[in-house]
Amino acid sequence: MIIEDLTVRFGAFTAVDRVTLEIPPGRIVGLVGESGSGKSSLARAVSGLVPYTGRIDGARNVQMVFQDPYASLDPRMTVGESVGEGVRRDRAGRRAEVERLLGLVSLPAGLAGRYPRELSGGQRQRVAIARALGAAPDLLVADEITSALDVSVQGAVLNLVRSLRDELGLSMLFISHNLAVVRYVSDVVAVMHQGRVVESGPTERVVGEPAHDYTRALLEAVPRLT
Amino acid sequence: MSDTPPAAHTRRGFPMKPRLPRTPAAVAGAVLVAAMIMLAVAGPPIWGASAERIDAAAILQGASAAHPLGTDSLGRDLLARVLVAGRFSLALALAATLIGGLAGIVLGALPSVLPGRPARLITGTVNALVAFPGLLLAMFTAVVSGLGARGAVLGIGVAIAPGFARLTQTLAATVAGSDYVSAARMLGVSRRRILTGHVLPNIAEPLILQLTQALGGALLGLAGMSFLGLGVQPPSFDWGRLLYDGFARIYVTPEVALGPAAAIALAGIGFNLLGDAMAKAAARTAAGGKASDTAVPPDPGEPNPGAVLEVRDLTVAFPGGVTPVRGLSLTIAPGEIVGLVGESGSGKSLTAAAIGGLVPYPGTVAYGRLLLGGRDVATLSGKALGTTLAMVFQDPMASLNPALRVGGQLAEVARVHQGAGRAEANRRAVDRLGHVHLPDPAARARQHPHELSGGMRQRAVIAMGLMATPRLIIADEPTTALDVTVQRQILRLLREVTEESGAAALFITHDIAVVGELCDRVMVMYAGRVVEELPVSRLAAEAAHPYTRALIASLPDMATDRDKPLASIPGRQPAPSEVGPGCAFADRCALATARCSAERPPLIPYGEAGRVACWEVK
Repeated sequence: MIIEDLTVRFGAFTAVDRVTLEIPPGRIVGLVGESGSGKSSLARAVSGLVPYTGRIDGARNVQMVFQDPYASLDPRMTVGESVGEGVRRDRAGRRAEVERLLGLVSLPAGLAGRYPRELSGGQRQRVAIARALGAAPDLLVADEITSALDVSVQGAVLNLVRSLRDELGLSMLFISHNLAVVRYVSDVVAVMHQGRVVESGPTERVVGEPAHDYTRALLEAVPRLT
Repeated sequence: MSDTPPAAHTRRGFPMKPRLPRTPAAVAGAVLVAAMIMLAVAGPPIWGASAERIDAAAILQGASAAHPLGTDSLGRDLLARVLVAGRFSLALALAATLIGGLAGIVLGALPSVLPGRPARLITGTVNALVAFPGLLLAMFTAVVSGLGARGAVLGIGVAIAPGFARLTQTLAATVAGSDYVSAARMLGVSRRRILTGHVLPNIAEPLILQLTQALGGALLGLAGMSFLGLGVQPPSFDWGRLLYDGFARIYVTPEVALGPAAAIALAGIGFNLLGDAMAKAAARTAAGGKASDTAVPPDPGEPNPGAVLEVRDLTVAFPGGVTPVRGLSLTIAPGEIVGLVGESGSGKSLTAAAIGGLVPYPGTVAYGRLLLGGRDVATLSGKALGTTLAMVFQDPMASLNPALRVGGQLAEVARVHQGAGRAEANRRAVDRLGHVHLPDPAARARQHPHELSGGMRQRAVIAMGLMATPRLIIADEPTTALDVTVQRQILRLLREVTEESGAAALFITHDIAVVGELCDRVMVMYAGRVVEELPVSRLAAEAAHPYTRALIASLPDMATDRDKPLASIPGRQPAPSEVGPGCAFADRCALATARCSAERPPLIPYGEAGRVACWEVK
């Protein structure tokens, strides 16, 4: 799919300023930027949650996974009901489909009868991913899906994201402020700054030979253990 | 969709159904409401006949043994009439509440299903009606729809409706803005399904509570209507009508008016108290019951005279067997920066809170020793603690008063703790703001917190800590809410500040990579205990505890091999109430043996300047 000249305005404030970005099929495009850079507004525009001007071609069914898995699942719905929300089938077919979707995100089918409060953060985020997959999306938008998770479960969710691309050929817009995380999962990286994409290209190139000053500043600021 | 019933237990073992608290008000409310319901059921069959019996010989009497509340103009016993009228009064109130509640909920929910223009029209109408006095609305409706019980019920219903509509609207708007409703919209779920599936179930609880309280209000309102002659007409009678009839005789025989008045008051109070108690019970989530077990800490041995902070066997416990911090010990030398790393729920923030005396109620803190600058924290005055210890939290906005200028808030520290004059305090505030590299500190001091960026606010909070000369700075996730480029600056600032002032620092974070940037020594916490401690220089290569190693391995950095899956730790950290007798990490550990789950490994010296708590580390 391709995003062309996309602009999002909130009153007089331009959150996203004529962004053009291509998401090749079966690829993960990582979008990195700091708070206020417009990356979440871009995600919401692509998902149809905020009005925008410009064109989005080639993705009719876009689903989104949100940052906070504690707020993105209805506390009054069982896991099975949440995951089945986007599934248009009869009762028995839906049940089988929910089981398949839970399997895709490596959750046991027995979890379908549980409520979100009984799940850990990582499990909830898997449920949210399964719910999005239920609509068979052309594009999955993942907006900071690991930033509310503990480090020890973050790795498992990132592995899941990559395996979904490899096994289902899923196209994804993966948004994060964490450059190391974006580098790990993405095929293409786009750097956003003040509403504009200042640099984009294959991950190794952007990380290895950053062309823009801002990208260099971001790279330098990544905390390192050693 | 699954039909499996939800598991009966909850993960943390808290009761999920809110229970009515046993406060006197709640008990009184429940008793009064129960009595009213019994009266409504049993009243008419028992006293119906005597309430209708006309006795020409006993007209308009006052209280007597035969008629404790007197008689009316037809000689009917007023006590019996009050008892019988209960059913009718309560039924009318219930009808009015249901009419008002239903109309209000529909009106309030409609804007979230209707398209823009009609939705705005309804919202506007509701807003106008909310501003209109309720009783006036009720009287107007009652007069228009005809005198009598029906008019009064309709009137009170109409008067209640706008409040319900507004409440529903507000609650629905909150739910409608949630991520799960956004997700449902993207999945193509219809507006009507979103309303019935997501919005209504999530707002039902507060609405039901509101209904109970409205019932009390409706009862009083209806009595008022009848009293004004707009309500129930003879030969029917409710409490309001009896009051109206009795009121004419109040100077001669006051008891005839007191009976119905007392009934109205008791019922109204009962429903309001019960509604109140239910609302409180719904808002409360904490577990009660079992008292916390704070064991007496072992003898801590000799204090370390050189340490800025010395903690021995610190335990923080909450009622219900919840113990988030379990026998933690740590020592910080002057000028040293110690990182305390752990996942959410590991107890790291409560450790900081315990040192600063900030553990929230009903938590209890026990320790063998807690010395700050050589003095027991419990013996330090607020002022002494305030000048020896500086705390920096994750959200700088929570540490700054949004209504006051930044400079004034800093100056207040100098004036309260150091007794400085206004001019001197302001001068020092500007000096400190400059010290944390805030550009144009004099101008920043005159600004309000919201005019500064997140990074600048965090600098201002650090400057506030530097108004005194702290021996220890505790920074609890100070950079978590900040961008990476700003985070780097704040980390540098913390390093600079400690080097310059000789203060020590305890740096609390969930991000083990940040520790590498700033700290000298790192302590890793898991399920309330320190499992490993070592110099930061050895963290990446020589960490020994399986948990520390797994944490480091699961963290992607700029050199991670992109072709290999990331390491991850199966399972989850046990909740503070679930920690067993053995090693808390045993369930998730690849090296675990039978001994690990049975017996807790002690924290013993390991390698150079390190300590580790693991049976399998040799």
